[in-house]
Amino acid sequence: MSESRGRPVTRTARRVARCTARRTLATSLIAATALLTASCSTGGASSKADTGAGDTTPVTITFWHGFSSPHEITSVNSVLARFHKKYPYITVKAVAAQTDDKVNQAIRGGTAPDVAASFNAANVGGWCSSGAFQDLTPDIKADDVDMAQIPKAVQSYTAFGGKRCTMPWLADTFGLYYNKKLFAQAGITAPPRTMSELVEDTKKLTTFNADGSIRTAGFMPYLGAYGMLTEHLVPSWGGKWLTADGQSNVGGDPAFAQALTWQKKLVDWFGAKKLVTFKAGMGDEFSAQNAFETGKLAMMVDGEWRNAFIKNDKSSVDYGTAAMPAADGKPELHGAGYVGGNVIGMPRGAEHPGAAWKLIKYLTTDTDAVTTLADAIGNVPTTIAALNSPTLMLSKDAHFAPFLEVFKNPLTTTTPASPDGGAYLTNFGHFVEKWQSGGVTDLKAGLVAVDKQNNAALQLGQ
Amino acid sequence: MSTYPVTRLPLATAPLRARLRRNRLRVLLFLAPGLVGFAVFLVYPLVMTVWLSFTNSNMISPARFVGLRNYRYLLDGDPLIWHAIRNTGWLVVIMVPAQVLFALGVAMVTARLKAGASLFRTLFYLPALAPPVAATVAFVCMFNPNSGPMNRILGLLGIHGPLWFNSPDWSKPALTLLALWGSGTMMVIFLAALLEVPAELYEAAELDGAGSWQRFRYVTLPTISPVVLFATVTGVIAGLQYFTQAMVASQVANGNIQPAPGYPDGSTLTFPQQLYIAGFNQFHAGYACALAVVLFVVAMAFTVVLLRRASGFDIEEAPR
Repeated sequence: MSESRGRPVTRTARRVARCTARRTLATSLIAATALLTASCSTGGASSKADTGAGDTTPVTITFWHGFSSPHEITSVNSVLARFHKKYPYITVKAVAAQTDDKVNQAIRGGTAPDVAASFNAANVGGWCSSGAFQDLTPDIKADDVDMAQIPKAVQSYTAFGGKRCTMPWLADTFGLYYNKKLFAQAGITAPPRTMSELVEDTKKLTTFNADGSIRTAGFMPYLGAYGMLTEHLVPSWGGKWLTADGQSNVGGDPAFAQALTWQKKLVDWFGAKKLVTFKAGMGDEFSAQNAFETGKLAMMVDGEWRNAFIKNDKSSVDYGTAAMPAADGKPELHGAGYVGGNVIGMPRGAEHPGAAWKLIKYLTTDTDAVTTLADAIGNVPTTIAALNSPTLMLSKDAHFAPFLEVFKNPLTTTTPASPDGGAYLTNFGHFVEKWQSGGVTDLKAGLVAVDKQNNAALQLGQ
Repeated sequence: MSTYPVTRLPLATAPLRARLRRNRLRVLLFLAPGLVGFAVFLVYPLVMTVWLSFTNSNMISPARFVGLRNYRYLLDGDPLIWHAIRNTGWLVVIMVPAQVLFALGVAMVTARLKAGASLFRTLFYLPALAPPVAATVAFVCMFNPNSGPMNRILGLLGIHGPLWFNSPDWSKPALTLLALWGSGTMMVIFLAALLEVPAELYEAAELDGAGSWQRFRYVTLPTISPVVLFATVTGVIAGLQYFTQAMVASQVANGNIQPAPGYPDGSTLTFPQQLYIAGFNQFHAGYACALAVVLFVVAMAFTVVLLRRASGFDIEEAPR
């Protein structure tokens, strides 16, 4: 351009100059694009630290987990500090209180963390079948990880469709919490072992205000209140959510109708409206105002982690724990229950898969790491070595021991994974709300309809 | 029209044509940033959404074309979608008009106030400043049938308060009350429009013997009708996209840490919530896109109908 300065500016010269400028602009744009593309495509390639196998290049990895209570975050961080001590070249940046929805979004957006943990094993089906989480089988094989150290039931909910895309990171087992002081006042000496006994005790333990409203509820039968969910209740009747080929089974398995009939009878004894009013005032589940911790609820179904919350909330409740009562006529099921698990895996797009696998392996198979975190958080350990470890303090805790027994019971069941993130539970949850508020006249027909809906939903992703 | 020399343009001289072309290019150049944004952030996502609605996409693994299957599932498969459609319809038909009328009423009262006008305007506007989540949590706690102050106050007046957010019959009216409480922004817009109505029109109307209702009907309403239209159209679109408050209210009322969309008894499940659950919880992004397309078409139809209905309702053509 500068060359044309001072010369007679002809149209041709101007056109040439404009063309040159355009070409320059185009060239620079292409160059910039090429640079950008190059820098994008080389991201995470061999030049960056990965710390797989023998690589000890310093690296920082991100780890998302769902724990949010201060005592839980502290416990996780202390185990991560041990990991850093063992692998000083790997720094873990832990981000607490993350949800599965956020993890899914990050995977879709290409900003996934290196390692992600979830409380919800129901999503494992979706993660494995869609490839959202990477199959860990090659890493497991390469490192000769002994999968036999993980109980069979636990192995089942952490893999799906032949892919092991997650590992179990502690488990949740559900049982019955009961208020010993209120039991003594009502003259009850032992926790109920059958569902009929649970009903009898509930009636003895329930007290009403002068206006007829509930003062203390013996048991909260309203589904959706705290841990009182169908999935925690049907194991007492031996219910199976899905058939072997993954089809919905709630209409085909009589356990569901039996459990719901039992539940509705107790709801009706209280009066649904009274229960809803009481439920509204129960206080937040994860706060010191929790109705069991304040003595307003005499019995409840809940996870083993409640023990740690009771301690941390400095609740004065004098309580005991036991396995959930079994349905009448099914005594063999007493001692079994529901187990759900925390899972941990490597999302697709993890930047440092080598270091990420080291963290996953450490957190899920190192006996010291598993027992330390289990003790600190109050969750059930998920390896046989940790369960039998003499260093596991929880097994010596009378409040915790029943949950370990439920966990070990061979009849203990879980909610199976499905490729749509457990949509069958959502559909069933809506049906149950209608059922308990009196909006369902034909229970059997309703459950068959839920089966149809669940199967239609499963078809959608195929 | 016939006298306008349109035919001269193609016969324009070469330099004129060049100048016109340059002008056009210049206009395009200035429009370019906007057009690029429009294409990248609106046209492309819209086209992709329509395409994905015909696939089994989960936004992670490759998608497969499935024809109209997602739309068929919407009409005859999704057990919750009719709940969601009914609830969203209720909110659009009841909540939005209630909100517009309430905001207009408050604006008219505060516009007329002689003393303490700014205090009342501030008081009515304040709730709109609270973030929706915080406002909803506070509101649900106030209406807690067991421990909240609202039913205690009603009790003092001898009224047995309902279960509000815990009752399928009362949850949507309770959400409407929440919307009224937070309608400060709409109120401020109405207030600005009301203060702009020329005082001489009122004087003229008064001289003609118009009463207060006639003044409102023949002076106020025609003058502020564009603002009423704006509030209605944006209100309807917001009603169709109603999500946050219903999500938070159901979770707080249910008392669990997990979200409980629809609680109680599916009564607060809205169409966008069902879209969110399908796309983000259940790996059915293709179906969620089909829902998004339907929502877009319905919102567009509402907007077009409202705008066309209102086009004849301006100050010149107002009924006299």
